[in-house]
Amino acid sequence: MGKLFAVVLTIITVVSTAFFAARTWWLPVDISAHGHAIDRQLMETMVSSGALFVLSQLALAVFVWRYGDRDDGRRVRTFPGGVTPMVLFATVLVGAEILALTFVGSKVWAGIYQTPADPGSLQIDVQSEQFAFYFRYAGADGAFGATHPELINEANENYFGLDPAHDVSARDDIVVPTLTVPVNRPVALTLRAKDVSHAFYVPELRIQQDFVPGLAIPLHFTATRTGKYEIVCTQLCGLGHYNMRAFIEVVSPAQFDQWLKDKAAQQ
Amino acid sequence: MRAPYVAVVVTLALGTSATPLRPAPSAGATISGKITYTGVPPKMKPIDMAKEPSCAAQHTAAPVTTENVVTGPGNALRYVVVYVSSGDQPAPPPAEAVRYDQKGCQYIPHVAVLDVNQPLDIYNDDQTSHNIHPLAKQNPEWNKSQPIGAPPIHTKFEKPEFIPVKCNVHPWMHGWFVVLPTTHHALSGPDGEFSITGLAPGKYTVTAWHEQFSSLSEDVSVSGSETKTVNFTFKATLY
Repeated sequence: MGKLFAVVLTIITVVSTAFFAARTWWLPVDISAHGHAIDRQLMETMVSSGALFVLSQLALAVFVWRYGDRDDGRRVRTFPGGVTPMVLFATVLVGAEILALTFVGSKVWAGIYQTPADPGSLQIDVQSEQFAFYFRYAGADGAFGATHPELINEANENYFGLDPAHDVSARDDIVVPTLTVPVNRPVALTLRAKDVSHAFYVPELRIQQDFVPGLAIPLHFTATRTGKYEIVCTQLCGLGHYNMRAFIEVVSPAQFDQWLKDKAAQQ
Repeated sequence: MRAPYVAVVVTLALGTSATPLRPAPSAGATISGKITYTGVPPKMKPIDMAKEPSCAAQHTAAPVTTENVVTGPGNALRYVVVYVSSGDQPAPPPAEAVRYDQKGCQYIPHVAVLDVNQPLDIYNDDQTSHNIHPLAKQNPEWNKSQPIGAPPIHTKFEKPEFIPVKCNVHPWMHGWFVVLPTTHHALSGPDGEFSITGLAPGKYTVTAWHEQFSSLSEDVSVSGSETKTVNFTFKATLY
C-alpha cells in the first residue's frame, strides 16, 4: 500500500508540473510597459515554489516507498533532535523563501504602484458603480469639472455628478463606458467608487487595483499593444457583480485623436 | 302583430350585444392639445451598451440616446403626462394591464401611465438579466430580478406617485411609472399631441408633467361632447 501511494504521489507531481512546463494554462499576452517585471516576479515565484514542491513531494514518495511497508520491528529513524527541531527547520526554510519573495516582489510592486505617473500622462477619471465602469476625459479646455456626489444622476448619464449649469469646465467633459487609450502613451487613472468597493482588473495590463468609496486612487500604466481587452470587477460588489465589466481599446495615436474628437462632438 | 314585435325585440337584442349601452370611452367631452417647449433643450446623450453585446447589437442601425427630454418637429415635447388633477370623480381602475417592456436594455415605453391599483405587467424580452427597481417613496420600494426567459412580473401600485424606475444591472436604463388617482390621463406622442377623452361635463384642472421641466396646470370647463383645446408650453434650459 505504501508503494502504491508513492507511485500515485509521483504521478501527481510529474503531471501537475508538466502542465506548468508545457504552459497549458498560461498568462494572457502582456500589453503593458511594466508587465515584464510582474511576469518575471511570477516566474521566480513559480520556479522557486515549484522546485520546493517537486522536491518535497518526491522526497515524500521516496520515504514512503522505502519505509512505508516495513513491519520488521526496527526503530524508525527520526529527525535529529526529534519533532520540534524538524518543525522549526521546515518553518524557517519556508518562511525564508516567502520573505525573500515578498522583499523582491514588493520592490516590483512598488515600482509600479508607488511611483508617480509620467507628467505628460493622459489623465482619465474612472467612476465605478453597481454594476458598471465609466471613464471621463477632459474636454477641449483640458480641465476636469468638479464632481458633486449629490448631483450623480444615471437618468441623464451624469455618472460623475458634474454641474454643467454652474461649472463651465464640466460642460465639455467626455464621459464614456469604454476606456480608449493611445498605444505607448502613459495613462494616469483616478479611481473613484460611487457606492461600494469594486476592482479594476485587466489581466493583459497586469493591473489589478481596488476602488474604495471616498478615496481617489491613482493608477498608471502604458499600453504597448493595440487591441480590445476586457476590464472586469474582481471585488464581489453585489447581485450584478458577474455583469460588471467594460472594455479597454488600445488604438493608434491618430485613431485616439479622432475618437476623442468624435466623442467631444456628442457631449 | 306578434311576429313583427318579436323581430323588433331580436333586432334590439342583437343591436345591444354589438354596441353596448354603457357609454363608449370616447363619449363625453375631450380635452386635447399639443405640448411644446421654448428655449434650448438639453442635448440627449448617446448610450453605449458595449458591456451588454446582446443589447448593443439591437441598436446598430439607430443608436439610442437618453430620453429625459425627447423633442419632435415644431418644438414638440414627448413623454409629457397630461392628467386631470382636480375635479374628477373617483372611478375604478381599468382591469386591463399596462405592459412595460425591458427590450434592447431600454424601458419601453419610457413613461408608463397607470391608474392607482391598475395591473402592471413587466416583461424581460432580452437575452440578459434585468433587475427592475422602481424608486418608490409613497408606495413600497422593491427590486426584482428577471433572468433570461423569466415570466412577467405582475404588480400594481396602491398610492398615486411619480416613480423613477432604474435597472440595478444596467445603470443607463431609466424610465417612469406615473401612478395617478384618475382614469383621465394621456401621454404626449412624438408630435407632442395628447387627447383626454370621456370627460363628464364639469370644471377640471388639467396638469401637464414632464420629468425634467416640472408641471404646468390650467383650469378647463367642458360640457356635452365638445372638444376643448389646451396647449402647454414648457420652458426648456440647456442644463
